[in-house]
Amino acid sequence: METTVEKLKQNRAFLCLECGKCTAVCPISIYNKNYSPRRMLADGVFYDAKDLISDKLLWSCLTCQLCSQRCPVDVKFSEYIRDIREEASKQGKTGTPSHSGALLYLMEMAASPKLKQNRNDWINDKLKVKKKGDVLYFVGCLPYYQDFFAKDFDFSPISIAQDTVKILNHLGIEPVVMNNERCCGHDLYWLGQLEKFDELGKLNLEMIKETGAKTIITSCPECALVLKQLYKERLGADGFQVKHITEVVFENIDKLKFKNLDTKVSFQDPCRLGRFMGIYDQPRDSLKAIPGLEINEMQHNRRGAICCGTTNWTNCDAVSKQIQKSRLNEAKNAGAETVVTACPKCQIHFRCSECGDESQRININITDFVNIIASAIDG
Amino acid sequence: MATKTSDKKKKSNKKIFVPNIVAFACNWCSYAGADNAGTSRIQYSPNFRVIRTMCSGRVTPGFVLKALKMGADGVLVSGCHFGDCHYIFGNYKAVEQFDKTKAMIKTLGLEEGRIRLEWVSAAEGPRWGQVIDEFVEQITKLGPSPLNNKPKYEN
Repeated sequence: METTVEKLKQNRAFLCLECGKCTAVCPISIYNKNYSPRRMLADGVFYDAKDLISDKLLWSCLTCQLCSQRCPVDVKFSEYIRDIREEASKQGKTGTPSHSGALLYLMEMAASPKLKQNRNDWINDKLKVKKKGDVLYFVGCLPYYQDFFAKDFDFSPISIAQDTVKILNHLGIEPVVMNNERCCGHDLYWLGQLEKFDELGKLNLEMIKETGAKTIITSCPECALVLKQLYKERLGADGFQVKHITEVVFENIDKLKFKNLDTKVSFQDPCRLGRFMGIYDQPRDSLKAIPGLEINEMQHNRRGAICCGTTNWTNCDAVSKQIQKSRLNEAKNAGAETVVTACPKCQIHFRCSECGDESQRININITDFVNIIASAIDG
Repeated sequence: MATKTSDKKKKSNKKIFVPNIVAFACNWCSYAGADNAGTSRIQYSPNFRVIRTMCSGRVTPGFVLKALKMGADGVLVSGCHFGDCHYIFGNYKAVEQFDKTKAMIKTLGLEEGRIRLEWVSAAEGPRWGQVIDEFVEQITKLGPSPLNNKPKYEN
């Protein structure tokens, strides 16, 4: 690689102490002994990442930043992996896409400027939305998840979007929803396909400008991360403020009246919401405002929360399943009846792990933060 | 094959769109059906490429979406008739997968007519030709796909 030294410096790789805390804490290393973030970093520092670049394990990294959280010198391992992936994808190498790559192809298709999508079928008469206004609701991939996962996993991803609009309407906000909204490009960014990411970003920013929105609300932590930080870093996006729905609910918690909901829940911190954006208390405090609801923390929570097992629709394997099972078991052991997460992807992955052999199921409910808030709203 | 449609013949007036179609055919029935059409010397449109899969049930949304992403104007999925499947229930799986694909195509804003599911047995060579002819006509009417960056035209 030509730019190795520069990129390694950017990612603080030369500061590595070789203490191995990253490997000790990595959720993949626990189940796959061949996977070692420490060795992967050493490969980049000493050998120009020659082996790593053609290694299939390169695509297994969850980019969950649990290693960076533990690292004493703050090596940016996720960013390092992204840079190596960028180089690898230039050489035509990819990971193993899950779901036959359907969701990755959708992202690439969304970058085609001529495409005119038809995403707003989920808006019913009870929901109030506008075409232009100050507040934009960025829906993300939910309409596609509805088409793809609803039947297999017996849940309705689009209900997350519907309930988000319901909550916003309840707070007196009529959000703008774009019918031709593009994929935010989050997964392409972490897979190192930055050109496609930029194309998507430019299309999205143009559309956002047209709506005249000053605040963007998302129900997906990945979209929030992209709109909040990555578009700003790469494309110089400016002029709007981005909030995840957990922040919006927390800010307006006094305006919402909840009915009693006798249940015990565990909160699964999505990595993009927690470690990337530092939102830990807002969802918890919002859930605590519901009378009767009790939060039982899992063994690994907040900064130490473990990822849902797979990201970027790539390299989903037996290790991912084991991570998911152990995560759900943690919640069950904490005495929770329901796992609440704020990321649609976490929910899909957990539900997938509950799909298999009946004797191996954990039997725990999985729901989204938005769904539980909407069901508790009085009136 | 479609050698007639060279770019040299392009003229500005009265251009006719030549669709580019991908056909997924199952190994046991439809691919043999296409073979049958060939050996029986049946004349039909040359605007398609066949991809052989072991079973139509293997054709998940990912396959169809990749074809469309790469610029196909239409995608045909073809398998054995119900009850004839070599793997007994593979074509029922194909229907399930195809329903998902259809929903996604609709959300993407593409016309539903761009994809089609058909059953062609190994003995139905003439029917394979007929299905392809019909589908080519259907796609020609719809025009090039918005994802096709280099649509082909002939006079």
